[in-house]
Amino acid sequence: MALGLEASLGDTVVTTKLDEIINWGRQYSLWPFVYGTACCAIEFMSAAASQYDISRYGAEVVRFSPRQADLMLVCGTISYKQAVILKRIYEQMPHPKWVVAMGACASSGGIYDNYATVQGIDTIIPVDIYISGCPPRPEAVLDALIKIQDQIKGESLLQDRHQDFKGILD
Amino acid sequence: MNTTALENIKAAFPDATCKVVLGSVVLDVQPENIENTLSRLKNDAQFNCGLMLDVTAIDYLDYPEQKEARFFVVYTLRNWEDNLLIQVRTPVTDPDKGIPTATHLFGAALFGEREVYDQYGIHFQGHPDLRRILNHWQFEGHPLRKDYPIDKRQICYESDSLEKEIKARLAKKGVDESTMKDINTEVMFLNLGPSHPATHGAIRILTALDGETIIANVNEIGYLHRGFEKTSETLTYNQVIPLTDRLNYCSSMMNNIAYAKAVESWLGVEITERAQFMRVVLSEFYRVLDHLVCLAAALVDMGGLTNYWYLYNEKEAAYDLISRLTGARLTSSFTRIGGMYRDFYDGWKEDLEIQMKGIEKGVGDSLKLVETNRIVHDRTQDVCVLSGETALNYGLTGPTLRASGVAYDMRKDAPYYNYEAFDFDVPVGSKGDVYDRFMIRYEEIAQSLRIIRQALKHIPEGPVNIDNSQICLPPKHQVYNNIEGLSNHFKLIFEGVHAPAGEWYDGFEAANGELGFHFVSDGSGKPYKLKVRPPCFYIMGGFHKMVEGNMIADAVINLSCINIIGGELDR
Ligand code: SF4
Repeated sequence: MALGLEASLGDTVVTTKLDEIINWGRQYSLWPFVYGTACCAIEFMSAAASQYDISRYGAEVVRFSPRQADLMLVCGTISYKQAVILKRIYEQMPHPKWVVAMGACASSGGIYDNYATVQGIDTIIPVDIYISGCPPRPEAVLDALIKIQDQIKGESLLQDRHQDFKGILD
Repeated sequence: MNTTALENIKAAFPDATCKVVLGSVVLDVQPENIENTLSRLKNDAQFNCGLMLDVTAIDYLDYPEQKEARFFVVYTLRNWEDNLLIQVRTPVTDPDKGIPTATHLFGAALFGEREVYDQYGIHFQGHPDLRRILNHWQFEGHPLRKDYPIDKRQICYESDSLEKEIKARLAKKGVDESTMKDINTEVMFLNLGPSHPATHGAIRILTALDGETIIANVNEIGYLHRGFEKTSETLTYNQVIPLTDRLNYCSSMMNNIAYAKAVESWLGVEITERAQFMRVVLSEFYRVLDHLVCLAAALVDMGGLTNYWYLYNEKEAAYDLISRLTGARLTSSFTRIGGMYRDFYDGWKEDLEIQMKGIEKGVGDSLKLVETNRIVHDRTQDVCVLSGETALNYGLTGPTLRASGVAYDMRKDAPYYNYEAFDFDVPVGSKGDVYDRFMIRYEEIAQSLRIIRQALKHIPEGPVNIDNSQICLPPKHQVYNNIEGLSNHFKLIFEGVHAPAGEWYDGFEAANGELGFHFVSDGSGKPYKLKVRPPCFYIMGGFHKMVEGNMIADAVINLSCINIIGGELDR
């Protein structure tokens, strides 16, 4: 039985919280920006291709313009030469935005513990979900997507999540 | 190489010390003679070394044996028609002063010498554009020098504008400041990348345009430089194998095989016949997969998205076989020095046949869309033409070189693993345009499948690893049950395979061209130096030669059809 406003308006109108309705929309229409630099990007290609079909989760609209995307997938190694660009592109994405670090390299530098490689992109930009693996299987990419969707559910419009973030380039 | 060639070289360069290493000739010359030597090797018809494969340097700071100078620069040249490989070494007493450049002789030296400068800090007198290439411009020091600590990281705060470089290139093309400023002839600059869908990775392409036509182009690479060579120096020979997977990750196992082959050639081991056949089957299979990915992505760039599904789905299907065989999808690390990780599983032949049928169908479907398609023809034919001569000069190898009409294929011209016994053709292009670069890959897929089918018929039974406890890990039951097996295992894991002291180069026909490894060993279980000769690097070095004079949209499809893979390009 409907209560309050819904009771008087009948079942043509649904009332809900603004946060909830917007989060619901955001969850199922994530537009990824694939920051593919290395091997992990090939596994992302698989996640997007027919067999794993990322569109089942509403995230198939891969954008190559950061201004049209809200989910950044960093697939591959980030070197110091690249880090500036990564940061710049992250900043070009409008709020709200989420970041997934795909694979060992993006998460921690992976097998490249040397002078050229950034030891985890979370030293540059804030990261929401990490995927382990070198490279992770496409299922793991989908799993990360579901985790992001879950996370979005609990978020509020009024909160800026990464206000205090300070990376090495800030 | 035959003995007359060696006699000829000795006679022609009486001042140089000359020795033969693994069938290649190593010439030691003084810096003042380097220009002469290289020019003679290139232009003299009896040597005919038109292909400069690689330039690198060696830092002997920590080397146990005293050398006449700390640094040596090594040029690797090839006469592909007579299967003659020559390395020219020269000592560098003062790196800041350096040695004379070879850029006026070989276009390939433009990129090659820049890398040496970047990684070792050796100057090349007369090089037109000597600046960093792999490391960022704010980097200080030279990472491959032995006294550079491996974990000394340097942050880059700003990317390079490339303004000076593109202006220099424009000036070379006869466009000066006033033309650039004049409203009627004003030049527009357009930058693609490093993060751009057309670059399939991270490369930066800066163009100066007149309308839509590219007048000048300069490129910036190194965005995926992740220190492969420095890291390898800290690992044993077998531990490097996983790193080689990540060079050209579209055909990972081919790099494994090329690497293992290079080490084995120095150790003087001949792997078992079954392992040789396995390597042939697998490398041809991966060549097919590499070409599938390249074509799939390239056709998407042209607007043919359907092709992506036809071609990429076959690659995806192939992962079934690969994961059953190796346990991994992409980065398989399947070879070992002295053989393979393990034998094929039961029923692999049937699986492989199913995969090959699927690939043939996918390729057939895609070809039907492409072959007689007017749009494809108009967009690719006579576009970004590169002559065979220029291609050789810039050190191109593989399908991109063959598209320009040069039939150099190591499987025919410097065969290994019994390739001479297989019946296959080497397709060559007639024009050297984008169309040829596309079609050659389709044709190579067919040829590779042909080789696999022949190999399947003749693959012998037997072990896949050689029986040598100094090189191959003993079987597990020996490790657990007797002390000798245990100690062999222990020694191999901790110390690695001991390669005798020395230096050598070995090449392999990978999907993108000649993939070479240049080693320096100090006799320990870890390489003292390991330099990769990546085919992509030199292809990218000739990129401006292909696109200048063409339109900006042509540059995009040209980039996709030469299959630049970041891992291999920047290492
Ligand atoms: S995590 Fe592994 S597969 Fe992914 S980019 Fe790094 S090296 Fe490549």
